[in-house]
Amino acid sequence: MTDLPDNGRASDTAWSSDAFKNRLARRHRKELGLKLLGLGALTLAFLMLGILLWTLISGGAQAFRQTHVTLDVPISAQMVDPADPAAGNYRGVIAEAMQATFPDAPQERMRALSGILSNAAQFVLRDRVVADPELIGQVVQIRVPTSDTYDQLNKGNVNEASDESTRRLNDEDIRAFRQLEAEGRITLPFNWALFTNADSRFPELAGLRGAIIGSFYALLVCFLISFPLGIGAAIYLEEFAPKNKISDIIEVNINNLAAVPSVVFGLLGLAVFLNWFGMQRSAPFVGGLVLALMTLPTIIIATRAALKAVPPSIREAALGVGASKQQVVFGHVLPLAMPGILTGTIIGLAQALGETAPLLLIGMNAFVTSAPGTPFDASTALPTQIFIWADSPERGFVARTSAAILVLLGFLVLMNAIAIFLRNRFERRW
Amino acid sequence: MTGLAFAVLLSAALAGYAMNRRAALALRNGGERLHSLGSFHGLYALLLVLVPAFVATILWIMLEGSVINALTLSGLPDGVLAGATNPQLILTEIQSIAGGRIFGTPDPWKLEAADRMASLRATSGWLLVAVIAALSAALLYVSRRQVTADFRARQAAERIVMGLMITCSLIAVFVTIGIVFSLVFESVRFFQMVPLTEFLFGTRWEPQMPIRADQVAAEGAFGVLPVFLGTLVITFVAIVIAVPVGLLSAIYLNEFASRRFRAVAKPILELLAGIPTVVYGFFAILTVAPALRAWGAALGIPVAPNTALAAGSVMAIMLIPFISSFADDALSAVPRSLRDGAIALGATRSETVLNVLFPAAIPGIMGGVLLAVSRAIGETMIVLMAAGLIAKMTINPLDSVTTITVQIVTLLIGDTAFDSPKTLAAFALGLMLFIVTLFINILALRIVRKYREQYD
Repeated sequence: MTDLPDNGRASDTAWSSDAFKNRLARRHRKELGLKLLGLGALTLAFLMLGILLWTLISGGAQAFRQTHVTLDVPISAQMVDPADPAAGNYRGVIAEAMQATFPDAPQERMRALSGILSNAAQFVLRDRVVADPELIGQVVQIRVPTSDTYDQLNKGNVNEASDESTRRLNDEDIRAFRQLEAEGRITLPFNWALFTNADSRFPELAGLRGAIIGSFYALLVCFLISFPLGIGAAIYLEEFAPKNKISDIIEVNINNLAAVPSVVFGLLGLAVFLNWFGMQRSAPFVGGLVLALMTLPTIIIATRAALKAVPPSIREAALGVGASKQQVVFGHVLPLAMPGILTGTIIGLAQALGETAPLLLIGMNAFVTSAPGTPFDASTALPTQIFIWADSPERGFVARTSAAILVLLGFLVLMNAIAIFLRNRFERRW
Repeated sequence: MTGLAFAVLLSAALAGYAMNRRAALALRNGGERLHSLGSFHGLYALLLVLVPAFVATILWIMLEGSVINALTLSGLPDGVLAGATNPQLILTEIQSIAGGRIFGTPDPWKLEAADRMASLRATSGWLLVAVIAALSAALLYVSRRQVTADFRARQAAERIVMGLMITCSLIAVFVTIGIVFSLVFESVRFFQMVPLTEFLFGTRWEPQMPIRADQVAAEGAFGVLPVFLGTLVITFVAIVIAVPVGLLSAIYLNEFASRRFRAVAKPILELLAGIPTVVYGFFAILTVAPALRAWGAALGIPVAPNTALAAGSVMAIMLIPFISSFADDALSAVPRSLRDGAIALGATRSETVLNVLFPAAIPGIMGGVLLAVSRAIGETMIVLMAAGLIAKMTINPLDSVTTITVQIVTLLIGDTAFDSPKTLAAFALGLMLFIVTLFINILALRIVRKYREQYD
């Protein structure tokens, strides 16, 4: 092995020699190494996606259910005047009901016991009595959400073995809650309030209705503006524009616009729409305008690709039977390209739905406790609502943030699924 | 009111279509030879009414707000504005009262101004409808007069459509001009208060508002260097993690993965790119930052709560699919002959990738990495939620740093007054961000374009 042949060529062709085998083994090891590294990198990326989704689902699933208490509330005429039920002392009524539920609790505990119920309890009761004043003088059974701390207790997020001073509920509070549970008054139904309520300071009452409607209005405005503008621009650039300097400038411009950071669009919206034009702050309409400017390049690029995919023979045939150039485009090319255009538009809108930073700058992170009636009312949007909730310290908001993210992701998946469906169903290959 | 205005102009346009088409057909039935089909006469009327009336409505809506604001402010009783440091805030308050949101008990003159604002808005709404109705009627009359046998209605309508399409494509240019103009305009106002050299070379960034009006720029420090450095630190962390992971996964998907694995893995990887950044930001504060802090504590290394590492590494997750798909495209674009040649000479797959394909794909990959850098610099939500707010001159990724985008948003969140250096500083930062990212984007696109087709 150690003695080298004279001319050196023999070893180069000694395919079965150990040196060769070693070299080959080393090269194969290197090959395997690269392969494993690549697989490792992919695994890392997938692992991150998995952890992300798992965190959201495990954290957010709880927020889809909300602890409720069923209470028997005696409504006396002293507390609620039958002549004017809206002005009744419902807080007092609830306190009486709690007193009846815990007959042997001392007076100084009553305040803490009333804390089991959400602040909404009195309003739920008021709405029922105002709707039906006959209830005064009767015992009404109501089901109201518990406050956030007890909701967390019921969902097992409170470590009861820990030191009493480190938790927000002391042992007495927990005993009172367990008593209610033993009486069968505690239920954990689906949290419809998450979709039917607007934002609130209290996590147990906070919902996404305002945010979903705000996002819907913003996307609607975005679509109404960017879709026609984008198609018009794309048709001109693809079918009619002469090849000259100006067309080049427009093209470069659109490509660069697609890569401008989104926060800069927010600055544009703030300076131009709010400051110069004096438009309403926090309005989904302004949000939609800003998102439209951001989505425009995406739609133009997608539309041009779809137009390019229509074969020239279609155009030539239409021109051949005497159609004008615009008749060719609007009568034949555009309808054939429509599935591709719609797919690109929906993907662009999905991006716009997740966009947060520009909406923050035009004030769509306002605290609004009612859903907007028109696109010109102050409102939040889904991503900004997530941002607001993520900033809130209460435990209930952490779960609600995850739940809101799941709702947002659900909408995104839906939109992308529609886009994929459109592409697979209607796109023609030539 | 706006809805009514749109209804008026739409119905006028449709009426114009029907009217002119019928008139043209009547001419034809009368025995004349029309130059254009009846429907083109209709289309011409439709466009002639729709376009100017629509533009007028949009202009009205855009300018209405500022005119009403100016009228309301000028109608305020004398003296109330003289004592106020900030007319913008007063206007905001009046606006919210006029919108029905009253906090506390405002001064009577504010309530009065709010009433006036509300009545001005109502007047403006009616005026808009009246103007649009008059304009539509006039245009209907003009278009009806033009229906003759030899009127070239098709050419006329197509000219309008062409004009519309050119306008659409110019809008993209207007947006860019709007961005540059608004950023420069507000930045110039900022640089009148804070000298440019202090902004560019100052090492302290403390934009807190001075309490009294006469200490503008004396108290707040507007040196952008620590903010810029923080941006670079986070970008560096993100790129250092994302580039190797993205490249290696691209190589694996391109060279080693079976067709079926690739068909599954690539869409999953692209899912990462579709997740909104606010979700990544929440992930960073909820999971990554506490984990990093726990590991730091276990190893005895002090890790700041808002460590740049958390923001950077989460940003890296966002960038992985971006870099990977760019690298994938670049590797696939290398001509097949190079790959076959290397394999035929006996190179292993990894040798082919590393020694033949990779060097050939470098320009495309570099372009992708540069675009990723520009994205990382411009990314807002992840850093806003996970990075710090206080600017520090440090390059330690375990420390808490702030970035340009974080500062822009925190300076502008909430009610803003457009005459304080604090607000205007955000526009100066925005201008800087725009210039830097634009420069990187142009560079990246040039690299990709210049070297892409060298084998063809």
